Amino acid sequence: MRHATILAALALAGCAAKPAPGPVTASSKPLPAGLDPSRDPGFPSRYVARPQTPVALVGATVLTGTGVEITAGTVLVREGRIEAVGAGLLVPAGYTKVDARGRWVTPGVIDAHSHLGVYAHPGVPANDDGNELTDPNTAQVWAEHSVWPQDPGFDTAREAGVTAMQILPGSGNLFGGRSVTLKNVPADTVQGMKFPGAPYGLKMACGENPKRVYGAKGRAPSTRMGNVAGYRAAWINAADYARKWDKWRAEGKGDPPKRDLQLDTLAGVLKGEILVQNHCYRADEMAIMIDIAREFGYKITAFHHATEAYKIAPLLAREGICVATWANWWGYKMEVYDAIEENAAMIERAGGCAVIHSDDGTLIQHLNQEAAVALSAGRRAGIRISEAEAVKWFTANPAKMLGIADRTGSIEPGKAADLVLWSANPFSIYALADRVWIDGATVYDRKDPTYRRHSDFLLGQPGQELPR
Amino acid sequence: MNAQRIAALLAALLASAPVAAQTIAITNVRILSMGRAGEVERGTLVIRDGRIAALGAGVATPANARVIDGKGGVVTPGFVLADGRMGLMDVSQVPLSVDRAQHNPSLSAAFDVSQGLNPDSAVIPVARLGGITRAILAPEYDDQGGRTLQFAGQAAAVDLGQRADMVMRPRVAMILELGENGAERAGGARGAALVELRATLADVRDYARRRAAYERGQTRDYRLSRADLEALVPVVEGRMPVIVSVDRASDIVEILALAREEKVKIILDGAAEGWRVADRIAQAGVPVILDARLDLPGSFEQLGARNDNAARLFAAGVTIAIKDGEGGSYRARELRYDTGHAVAHGLPYAAALAAITINPARMFGIDDRIGSLDIGKDADVVLWSGDPLEPLSQPGAVFVKGIEQPLTTRQTELRDRYLAKQPWGGTGAP
Repeated sequence: MRHATILAALALAGCAAKPAPGPVTASSKPLPAGLDPSRDPGFPSRYVARPQTPVALVGATVLTGTGVEITAGTVLVREGRIEAVGAGLLVPAGYTKVDARGRWVTPGVIDAHSHLGVYAHPGVPANDDGNELTDPNTAQVWAEHSVWPQDPGFDTAREAGVTAMQILPGSGNLFGGRSVTLKNVPADTVQGMKFPGAPYGLKMACGENPKRVYGAKGRAPSTRMGNVAGYRAAWINAADYARKWDKWRAEGKGDPPKRDLQLDTLAGVLKGEILVQNHCYRADEMAIMIDIAREFGYKITAFHHATEAYKIAPLLAREGICVATWANWWGYKMEVYDAIEENAAMIERAGGCAVIHSDDGTLIQHLNQEAAVALSAGRRAGIRISEAEAVKWFTANPAKMLGIADRTGSIEPGKAADLVLWSANPFSIYALADRVWIDGATVYDRKDPTYRRHSDFLLGQPGQELPR
Repeated sequence: MNAQRIAALLAALLASAPVAAQTIAITNVRILSMGRAGEVERGTLVIRDGRIAALGAGVATPANARVIDGKGGVVTPGFVLADGRMGLMDVSQVPLSVDRAQHNPSLSAAFDVSQGLNPDSAVIPVARLGGITRAILAPEYDDQGGRTLQFAGQAAAVDLGQRADMVMRPRVAMILELGENGAERAGGARGAALVELRATLADVRDYARRRAAYERGQTRDYRLSRADLEALVPVVEGRMPVIVSVDRASDIVEILALAREEKVKIILDGAAEGWRVADRIAQAGVPVILDARLDLPGSFEQLGARNDNAARLFAAGVTIAIKDGEGGSYRARELRYDTGHAVAHGLPYAAALAAITINPARMFGIDDRIGSLDIGKDADVVLWSGDPLEPLSQPGAVFVKGIEQPLTTRQTELRDRYLAKQPWGGTGAP
């Protein structure tokens, strides 16, 4: 059910990525693209897969991201895709063999919650582009218009096996704006990183951040009830706006509605084209957000941070809402005081969709190990989860959360060859990404200085003289 | 403190007394002693009266001992966090629950975190489940008062056994931040911060020589209050180290030179670019406390940050301690993973374990009591199910001064409450 919704959303978003044909209206003249929400070509992906040749990873322990562990497995990669995976596969002629004996292979790591590029390194005010704190509703801003592709954090993340990530605007607003999903390839423009066909997300935020930011300015919202009033007012406006466009299209009479970028994003959610990515910590607040979603007929794709998700794990599982969280972060504010290490494990146990996310330029390099912490804590609590299952927390489940699970996130024939070859079990603290592939092309090789850091920023800077 | 609370405290102390007097033998374990016994592949460790009584392969289990079968696990000394905050805060964004910083403009070096600690803090058991049994609690700067504080204050060594008397040794170090933030506080330039520092040290020396004249009001004006001057006397006399936060290689070189000229004992904190001047740090005999995962240019003073900083400093002969990364000690339990990360990036295993046990103990002069499993030392002991640096290992027993600590936290209690509420209970069966 949930999967079907995402695929439908994908199909729509896939169309939107190319200049769409004019809408079917009775109007004599089509509107210029920028004035018609349904025709906006946006800022299309110009991602091009790197050149690649057929590759065979031979002898590895393969955690496929589908709950399966294959010992002494082979992964065949051809034309950027997984061709086959299994134990004892024959390697056809013409494949570059990679001896992966004693090592592990997983799908590429996917971070569902990153601010790389929008809170870029170095963290000076000039690079602080992640939170448009000028109004509680900034649904009109798009994270991709802030992303600096030279953020050195993209490089360190790639070296740690991260092949894709969702870049979100910050959490100071009720509606923070649109997210963008990127492939973690070196690129000079954000368009060169955009994951083709990935749907947009809308960042929403519950709780303390919006009420603190705007309460301090002496304006609404200054309470949680103020937050909720703000969400509801916005959805009422968005529904009204969507209705006006629908009416104008159906009737083809009179002036078209004036395009409103803020309401466009919200209307996109109501139509199921844009996925709601909701920063929300507390269990009670998540339940309220679910009621608001029901009230206005939209769906919440994921709660982010969601440190109290374990308290309502069955509800979240039933609603098909993913939970993106950490294992170790807690305590720094009231709404994160009840965070526990077992959160992801308890979501998994309830049959839900657990995701380990970073929200941080350092943690994005250790999502596999953060998952190990959550797994270990779960086992301590008597919850039996295999490593083959837990690998989903940083591969297949974030892919599902970002609406790209039909293309990446697991090692299955036909999927993109976004892969990591680990030096050791990825749930070990000693595991390093030896090699990383995106769409079958090597983007990082620990032994090859060709894949050294890409960022222009660090060129000619002190301390960069040694390869890492 | 009301009578009820005092009674409860006394009851707790009395209850713990017989436990401390117990003899405990942990058998069938690999012992990483970090002390004279080195590594014992398979042996027994005996705790008596709160101290390490024996350890080794051929050690017999005393007749009266409580025996804990270690089942092939690993025993280590309790970890020592070189830069902790636990006990100084409940929720960091709730200012009234936080005592780690102060912005009283007339108080700087004299601020002493050993006064006002909360041994009941919920942050402490969480850290202890990460194997941490002692910490150096360091004050932080609070700049809301207008960035007038030259020093953040004085650090204290504490034990995390959650006793009323958690202070092990107060005033073990002075906290000073240089680099970008230090420059900002001094008026906007690094040079200003160094001039200020030299002038302050000169004031303190003058004051120390002329206390009687000071009483009579016959000294020149000093830039600091009397309390601050007093607090800095041990620093100018070389009895108290100054923990100096610096990252840029050039800042490290400057402070090494200043410390040599002023005969001040320093410990570098941060040192993101320390690897670039590792030989000079080693030559100066200055130890370094570092965040092993810092590999991003978070600022212009961290352009050279890299994953193998710890390994390179160690290779050059620098004594290192690894601290937890970001998180104000809520995430102190990640200390063992941070240390494992340093191993993955080239730091030898034994050196890594030393960086969270005996090295920080030595840096703060408390290695006579803790930091290694040596006979006669306090029995701060952790039994692990496997390699303590691996996330998939868990502590099976934690002792502070020979007293077994509960393996529960406010978080495990929350976990158990909600596991019980859900249909499958805590057994793992759906």
